[in-house]
Amino acid sequence: MKLLKSILVSVALAGTAVPALADYPERPITLYVAWGAGGGTDAVARLIAVGLEKELGQPVNVVNRTGGSGVVGHAAMAEADPDGYTLGLATTEVNLMHWLGLTELDYNVYTPLALMNTDPAGVQVSADSEYKTVGDLLKAINDSPAGTFKATGSGQGSSWHVAIAGMLNAAGTDASKVTWVPSDGAASGLQELLAGGVDIVPSSLVEARALIEAGRVKSLAYMSSERSQLFPDVPTLKEESGSDWEFGAWRGIVAPKGLPDDVRDRLVSALETVYNSEDFQGFMSKQGFGARFLPGEEFGKFMATNDVNFGETMKAIGLAK
Amino acid sequence: MDAIAQAFGLVTTWDVIFSVLLASIFGLFVGAIPGLTATMATAMLVPLTFFMEPVAAVGAMVACSAMAIFAGDIPGALLRIPGTPASAAYVEDTYRLTQKGKAELGLGACVLFSALGGLFGTLVLIFAAPSLAEFAIKFSSPEYFWIALLGLTCAVFMGASNPARGLLSLFIGLTVASVGLNNPAGIPRLTFGSTEMLAGIDFIPVMIGIFAISEVLRTVMAGTGATEGAPRAVGNIFRDWGWMLKNYWAQSLRGNVTGTAIGILPGAGADVAAYVSYAVSRRFSKTPEKYGEGHVEGVIEAAAANNASLSSAWVPALVFGIPGDTITAIVIGVLYVKGMNPGPTLFMFNPQTIYAVFLIFILANLIMVPLGWGLIKLSKNILRVPKQVLMPLILIFCIVGAFASNNAVYGVTIMLVFGIVGYLMEENGIPIAPCVLGIVIGPILEKNLISTLIKSQGNLLDFVNRPVAFGIFVLFCLIWVAIIWSWIRPREREEAAWVPEEPKP
Repeated sequence: MKLLKSILVSVALAGTAVPALADYPERPITLYVAWGAGGGTDAVARLIAVGLEKELGQPVNVVNRTGGSGVVGHAAMAEADPDGYTLGLATTEVNLMHWLGLTELDYNVYTPLALMNTDPAGVQVSADSEYKTVGDLLKAINDSPAGTFKATGSGQGSSWHVAIAGMLNAAGTDASKVTWVPSDGAASGLQELLAGGVDIVPSSLVEARALIEAGRVKSLAYMSSERSQLFPDVPTLKEESGSDWEFGAWRGIVAPKGLPDDVRDRLVSALETVYNSEDFQGFMSKQGFGARFLPGEEFGKFMATNDVNFGETMKAIGLAK
Repeated sequence: MDAIAQAFGLVTTWDVIFSVLLASIFGLFVGAIPGLTATMATAMLVPLTFFMEPVAAVGAMVACSAMAIFAGDIPGALLRIPGTPASAAYVEDTYRLTQKGKAELGLGACVLFSALGGLFGTLVLIFAAPSLAEFAIKFSSPEYFWIALLGLTCAVFMGASNPARGLLSLFIGLTVASVGLNNPAGIPRLTFGSTEMLAGIDFIPVMIGIFAISEVLRTVMAGTGATEGAPRAVGNIFRDWGWMLKNYWAQSLRGNVTGTAIGILPGAGADVAAYVSYAVSRRFSKTPEKYGEGHVEGVIEAAAANNASLSSAWVPALVFGIPGDTITAIVIGVLYVKGMNPGPTLFMFNPQTIYAVFLIFILANLIMVPLGWGLIKLSKNILRVPKQVLMPLILIFCIVGAFASNNAVYGVTIMLVFGIVGYLMEENGIPIAPCVLGIVIGPILEKNLISTLIKSQGNLLDFVNRPVAFGIFVLFCLIWVAIIWSWIRPREREEAAWVPEEPKP
């Protein structure tokens, strides 16, 4: 009876204890990732976790919540308590999945903390393709009947689909002229390209890296305002065709909405230190990921701008519901 | 030659040997715990590899995955719970052997032919990697479509005596596979508005539920009698090696070849290799009726195949950076971190590192024999534990494994539901294997069917107008002709002998 009483008392105490935010963090932090262990997003998350651990003095555990094209993991990041002990590495899908009608969830359900990386899309074709420039390719697509050209690299209505649709849209070509073949990801899409099943893979350059270096695939253009550090020989889309269309997959740390300001500021400054650390910069350049930092509110604005642009493109091609 | 000498130097350092040894033991234990897959074992190693040198890191993953695939055979044989999906194909046989008091025969076959299969796959990896990958890389969606259909065909005629029940089981599996968002059109199916179910039914908890929880349920229903049927000890596993090698060398070799071929295909891994080669073995056996009743022939071929595929899955991974299975998918991530970017340039600029990895492959498959023997000696203790103690322990392991698959209680729910499904299926004489295979291959089939249709704009001729696709299509037709022939011909004889199956008590 005495034991029971003491248990009850301690439970009651634990329940009423108010988290002393000044001491944040006083227990381990969970970092959700919506993609599987071993992938690119997972690797970035683990690197950030190690850095944050050093900065905050508490263990940061990466937890993979995969599935549903990212919906499951992104929902978990939004639904946790906004106490700073649950963070998430959000990805481009935040700006896409609500347009597809998969979820109500959009960027507004998060407290933006820091953008850590963007990977602009490239326009990859097979090395023996007859098209030498993106201009030739766009012209050929425009002049051919619909369905002549096929592209792949991600699922229906996901990042790289929007990348190529937006590029065509901006060039004044009907986006449905290129048939989109849904695939699990860039790796299986690139294999289809080699096998001759498709003509274009508009994935990031990092994903195509091994095959570009092996001389099996060439990249015709880079959908960014500046050239890639990884492949500086690849021209930007603007240089080649004058188009203003830009598309990049991004990754950034978010917390659930309603995070206290002091916790947010602590995390933003810790993330900035992590971003500037040699470990992080070295890893990103070695892997070929594009490092880009935007703190708190600016990251929020970045997501808002992307959301509008992607939404317009997806409506134009009939993907948005 | 210089590179090979350097490679020896890279491998024969204390930290490499030590990491390989520790990773092997880790892989053996994870593989032996029901429900924890070789992929999971490899994934759990990833954070540790960040602190290792490149060769030690990759070597640890090689050793860990090879050991886990082999160790999955042990709980399969002793408890009828395959440790990894790759062992599920022949779990009936090894378990029946154990029940007959011949555990050492089944497990001896697993150790020997796993190691031989791994060595064979490694040799192929070393000598034929570039040109073989060159062939497999030409596979597009029509080729995969036919391979998947071939796999499903195998699934049904693997489902023992009654094709109708096999089909029923397959359809249960295909229905489970269609849940969620991961279909080509990205349309949520059968999700009932649940966010969790958008992710679909995760395969790992299904496996744990359908194989392990159903066993726990069966034990509960049967009451906690004495641990009858369990042998007191596993005998000398080396005893039967001589005659197995003499009588079944052809099956072993065929398993090696099948496994290696399937491993090289991007996306098809050890589990598909085991299922396909078990079915092939049964098809060509002189005594197909013994399969599933405790016959070592199919075990030899499938155990050889799953370890061979594990090694050969590295071919497309190393040469093109395209994973051959889920394990190499994880390994590719680590290769990049370690600056060993996969691609043909790896063979040009860093041949010594590649050769070092190959040497570790050989090393891992050699130490599999003594370490495997040790684990089998230890694991026989599992059988001495009364079921009242063992079953709750299994339940705990299962819950941990199901939770760990996606760090969510959802996994535990799936596991429990499929425990009941598996129990009901077994009680009604519906085979489990076609269902499991349907869950794995169904999405592959659908994806490649839709991809091919989208690309050809509905022209069915595109399914067969590529030479390799046509070749597999012909093979597929031949197998169906053989199946239909076998139905028509011995019908009179079978009908006379056919007795309705009694539900198990």
